[in-house]
Amino acid sequence: MREPLLSVRGLTKHFTSSGFSHGPVVRALDDISFEVPRGKVVGLVGESGSGKTTIGRSVLRLIEPTAGQIVFDGVDLTKLSASEMRRQRRRLQYIFQDPFGSLSPRMTIGQILMEGLDIQRIGSRAERGARAKKALQEVDLPADAFVRYPHEFSGGQRQRIGIARALVLEPELIVADEPVSALDVSIQAQIVNLLRSLQSRLGLTMLFISHDLAVVEYICDTVIVLYLGRIMEIAPSEVLYSDPRHPYTRALLSAIPSPEIGKASARQILKGDIPSPANPPSGCVFRTRCPHAIDQCAKTVPPLEEVAPGHVKACIRHDISG
Amino acid sequence: MSVAGSISSSARKGPIARALERFTINRIALVGLVILLCIVTAVLTYPLWWSYTPNQIDLRALNKGPSSAHWFGTDGVGRDVLARLMQGGRVSLLVAVTSVAISTVIGFLIGALSSFGGRVVDGAVMRFVDLAMTLPPVIFLLVLASIAGTGILPTILVISLLSWPVLSRMVRARLLELRERDFVVAARGMGAGLGHLLFRHGLPNCIDILVVYATLQIANAILLEAGLSFLGLGIAPPEASWGNMLNAARSTVVLEQYVWQWMFPGAALVLTVLAINFVGDGLRDAFDPRSDLH
Ligand SMILES: Nc1ncnc2c1ncn2[C@@H]1O[C@H](COP(=O)(O)OP(=O)(O)O)[C@@H](O)[C@H]1O
Ligand code: SF4
Ligand SMILES: [Mg+2]
Repeated sequence: MREPLLSVRGLTKHFTSSGFSHGPVVRALDDISFEVPRGKVVGLVGESGSGKTTIGRSVLRLIEPTAGQIVFDGVDLTKLSASEMRRQRRRLQYIFQDPFGSLSPRMTIGQILMEGLDIQRIGSRAERGARAKKALQEVDLPADAFVRYPHEFSGGQRQRIGIARALVLEPELIVADEPVSALDVSIQAQIVNLLRSLQSRLGLTMLFISHDLAVVEYICDTVIVLYLGRIMEIAPSEVLYSDPRHPYTRALLSAIPSPEIGKASARQILKGDIPSPANPPSGCVFRTRCPHAIDQCAKTVPPLEEVAPGHVKACIRHDISG
Repeated sequence: MSVAGSISSSARKGPIARALERFTINRIALVGLVILLCIVTAVLTYPLWWSYTPNQIDLRALNKGPSSAHWFGTDGVGRDVLARLMQGGRVSLLVAVTSVAISTVIGFLIGALSSFGGRVVDGAVMRFVDLAMTLPPVIFLLVLASIAGTGILPTILVISLLSWPVLSRMVRARLLELRERDFVVAARGMGAGLGHLLFRHGLPNCIDILVVYATLQIANAILLEAGLSFLGLGIAPPEASWGNMLNAARSTVVLEQYVWQWMFPGAALVLTVLAINFVGDGLRDAFDPRSDLH
């Protein structure tokens, strides 16, 4: 088997507050390891604040990790110098959640799309324009968008522009950070379909972040379930939905409205709030909300254990079943 | 139909074009702009339409009031007040514009250094700015001026060194906020270096601050120059400036009997400063982010 395009190993990020007074340390990520195979889409799911954006941005080294390795195509990005990293950047691109904040209001769409090519000094002016126009076509926007400003476009159109900007550099890996969460439900499907067709046509590798399991199921090959900066479960998409093993994944899945009548009664709603990452529970971080928690859960951090090939979970109880 | 046309045409424009459009419907600002243009044109073209030169001495006309030969009268050594007023305007405006240009560049670069240079640099630079701002401006000005000496260049130097800290604070605050915006993160993600971030994103997004600051600061600089020259620390005679022409009013005789010798430069100063303030306020309103919301 070929080595995965991206391999994240032991990624840890603690945010410390700036200034002289030392505030609490926010343990946003703790020992995160996963792989993204070439040409596949890996989903990253978790509630708001679980650390999804921090993982996505750490992968592109837009956030410096506290510890861990980001191995991209065999190279540990965290070891690269600034100028070496700059050269790698065309190979990894990011799609943002907020279609309004991610486009500069002072640049035309053409300037926005050519920015990456300008920065990386790729091609002549004419070639840059041609590549930007081609990207515009790929996301189904009219060519006259080129000379317009972002405020003239709707949220869905802006998100297409954001996708086009990521495509212009012809990256190998795209991190899509909740690309549809800020959009109208009616538009979400269009954008997800667009991403999916681009992914298969261009053979892209993608880390697809979402807090919505339903969206992830549709587009991802593998899903990683995240809770409070720790991985709870990793499984192939169809397995995760048919045979979830971790109590947290089960709770998330049962919260999705289901068309089957019998299932509705088995719904299990998560109780309580997510603890603060500045002060996470000892042992298993999910124990404060877990219906199956026992004393032992507070004592040991559950390791990720394989339950089937390609399927791992972090829960010490093996005696519970759905 | 004309409404629809104007809406779509303003939608096509960038934020700066829209701000300037808003400026042109601000009547007071336009009046200020017209007055300013008249003053600048007069000052720049006066040799073409006025036959006296600023240092030409007419010994038969000492301290003479306004007449058909000398519209604004003459001063104590027989020099034409109008010619000196125009030449003084050149010097005052030159000093103001140049020193503001310098302090704008310094202010922007220091603010940029502070916001993009990391925590340590930011801390050090901001303490320095605090220090520069706590110094009493008058004393700072006098000390600087007495070190730098008199003349056009030293005066420009003194005024530019005095006024950048406020701007650098504003630029820093704006850039710190900008740094976290997604489109700047996107640029970093594409490999943008400091130069790209500062000049493709930082500068365009500070343009409102810079334009408004520069405009209002020109008015300030004109007053500073006048103040320095009045105290004998700015532009030294025989070179004319509005400030050192006002200096003549220190003599009670001139103040009471030769009113034209200080009234005209005084009026020119007030009129110019007012006009610039009108323009500056208009620009501030035009660039107000809230006006882009509807
Ligand atoms: N720059 C930062 N400084 C301090 N804490 C941060 C910072 N960025 C994120 N966090 C914290 O890290 C945690 C994870 O955030 P994030 O990765 O944005 O979550 P998600 O994208 O899953 O909503 C949150 O508790 C958040 O408050
Ligand atoms: S380790 Fe314990 S608390 Fe954590 S998910 Fe499993 S049963 Fe629940
Ligand atoms: Mg997020």
